[in-house]
Amino acid sequence: MKILVCVSNVPDTTTKITFNGDNTQFNTAGVQYILNPYDEIALARAIELTEGGKGTVTIIHVGEISSEPTIRKALAIGADDAVRINAAARDAYFVAVQIADYARSNDFEMILTGRESIDYNGSQIASMIAELLDIPSISIIKKLEIEGNKANLVREIEGGKEMINVSFPFVASCAEGVAEPKIPNMRGIMSARTKPLIVVEASSVELLVDFKTYAIPAPRGSVTMLAADETEKLIDLLHSKSKVI
Amino acid sequence: MSVLVYVENADGKFKKSIFEVVSYAAAIAEQLKTELIAISIGSVGKDELQNLGKFGASKVLNVSNDQLKSFVNQAYASIIAEAAEKEGSKVIVLSNSFSAKGLAPRVAIKLKAGLADSAIDLPEIENDKFLIKKTAFSGKAFATVELISAIKVITLNPNSYQLKETAAAGKVEDFTPKFKESDFRTMITEIVRASDKIALPDAELVVSAGRGMKGPENWAMIEELASLLGAATACSKPVSDAGWRPHEEHVGQTGIAVSPNLYIAIGISGAIQHLAGVSSSKTIVVINKDPEAPFFKVADYGIVGDAFVVVPQLIESVKAYKSIS
Ligand SMILES: Cc1cc2nc3c(=O)[nH]c(=O)nc-3n(C[C@H](O)[C@H](O)[C@H](O)COP(=O)(O)OP(=O)(O)OC[C@H]3O[C@@H](n4cnc5c(N)ncnc54)[C@H](O)[C@@H]3O)c2cc1C
Ligand SMILES: Nc1ncnc2c1ncn2[C@@H]1O[C@H](COP(=O)(O)O)[C@@H](O)[C@H]1O
Repeated sequence: MKILVCVSNVPDTTTKITFNGDNTQFNTAGVQYILNPYDEIALARAIELTEGGKGTVTIIHVGEISSEPTIRKALAIGADDAVRINAAARDAYFVAVQIADYARSNDFEMILTGRESIDYNGSQIASMIAELLDIPSISIIKKLEIEGNKANLVREIEGGKEMINVSFPFVASCAEGVAEPKIPNMRGIMSARTKPLIVVEASSVELLVDFKTYAIPAPRGSVTMLAADETEKLIDLLHSKSKVI
Repeated sequence: MSVLVYVENADGKFKKSIFEVVSYAAAIAEQLKTELIAISIGSVGKDELQNLGKFGASKVLNVSNDQLKSFVNQAYASIIAEAAEKEGSKVIVLSNSFSAKGLAPRVAIKLKAGLADSAIDLPEIENDKFLIKKTAFSGKAFATVELISAIKVITLNPNSYQLKETAAAGKVEDFTPKFKESDFRTMITEIVRASDKIALPDAELVVSAGRGMKGPENWAMIEELASLLGAATACSKPVSDAGWRPHEEHVGQTGIAVSPNLYIAIGISGAIQHLAGVSSSKTIVVINKDPEAPFFKVADYGIVGDAFVVVPQLIESVKAYKSIS
């Protein structure tokens, strides 16, 4: 079985988000980049499903050379090879077109993504790739099992879950529950350096969405502190002042 | 021209977030001086469909078909795109639900439309520019995106737009789409719904607790407080990682982002990753025994105290409040 795992390179979760002077660009100065946490889950499951010669895991990333450490990390965790589409990831549509183009000429049974990237949070890429390839997609899965030539998945819905059965090929976006992220071991780190990483030039894509400006949420007013026995007063304030109950 | 809104149903009923998205789409239709059309797929009763008119839909396209009873994003996307083409819709709006995340990107690709997900406000429309404000960086920031394409798709975050009733009454029309068999390659074998619980993503009130609760056996008071208030329950990441609570309750940067009217955080320190997913809550109450806990810096109300003393007392205060109001 051939699995393609899409990975994104995102600011570390402790990053304080700031923008440059006219608020048109994310300020990357001093920002540490990591493999998107949800993509680690997708990758871990792909490795589990192909372990013991049952298949291969290919990493794909749309990004510039600066994101190669993240790709190498994915290889160190256990992917077999990687592809980098050489272009800044302008928006979800741009990324999805590049990945779909690559997937079209390489037969993958499964394409896995993370539930969302923690920077743009679009949750768009999985279903865009699937639509471009005209194959099924399942968004926000919590479980993924293979049974013969089909897969059984559990998808999250508001206040519940849905069990889904689908045949290959398909795209799924993974959330917690699918697998526990794996930590690279020494052997993995050593072998990652020599695993194949090919670089493919990006195709041009029409611009449909343009990120214009950014803003930071306004700071909250000061906090009203209450004593431990003033729960009645709290309820009163929530009712009469904040009007939320 | 028109604006099209997809109205997702849960077991034949519309949730509040759907009336919100209809109100929102109606306001966009007004901005564009055109009409709002709603499309419903699945089996929803006439009365429930008629309710959409109250929020500004001048017409409801009703697609009811046994094959479409349960959600298949490929088929639903084909139908929405077909309706958009038939009605000459320039803007298609959906509520940003779990299902919409599988649906909206497909609709956008079919119509070659730009997609703005997680919108939190009405578009700013100036001459030819169409700008949408959305959340980004897991709630740590907002981004304003321009949708350049002729057709635009927007998903609206729940609890971001006020319901607005209008006098108009919509008419319901049956719509028979010509979907393809190949759109049905996923099969739902079972749906499990915890019907007695309020779903976190669209909850207006949330009671959340963290590692300060010490262990899963102490969640009874959290659940009691939530149920008294009519709130959903949530938790911090280490709590769900440890299996004290299910994953779907985990909020924050790598969990669900929520923006309820009230978020009560009990025994949660307020780490940056936790705050990312909850800081757009309208009112935040923090209960923590450590006066230095970072969460107090972003709270509206704070109580320094032991949760095991404060929460039972709070429960009594809520009961007292409920008995008089
Ligand atoms: C990549 C990454 C992603 C992450 N994503 C998330 C995320 O999405 N969501 C998330 O929540 N976290 C996330 N985290 C974890 C985050 O950094 C914190 O570790 C976590 O939020 C802490 O949870 P907590 O506040 O419940 O526990 P703690 O930090 O242990 O805090 C417990 C709090 O309870 C208080 N307390 C203890 N006893 C009592 C008592 N009896 N009464 C009252 N108060 C008491 C303490 O004073 C303390 O403030 C992430 C971390 C990483 C590295
Ligand atoms: N630049 C990228 N290259 C490859 N995959 C990506 C990229 N950006 C996002 N993805 C994948 O798409 C998922 C969802 O991202 P998003 O739609 O941005 O929320 C991520 O979890 C990744 O698996």
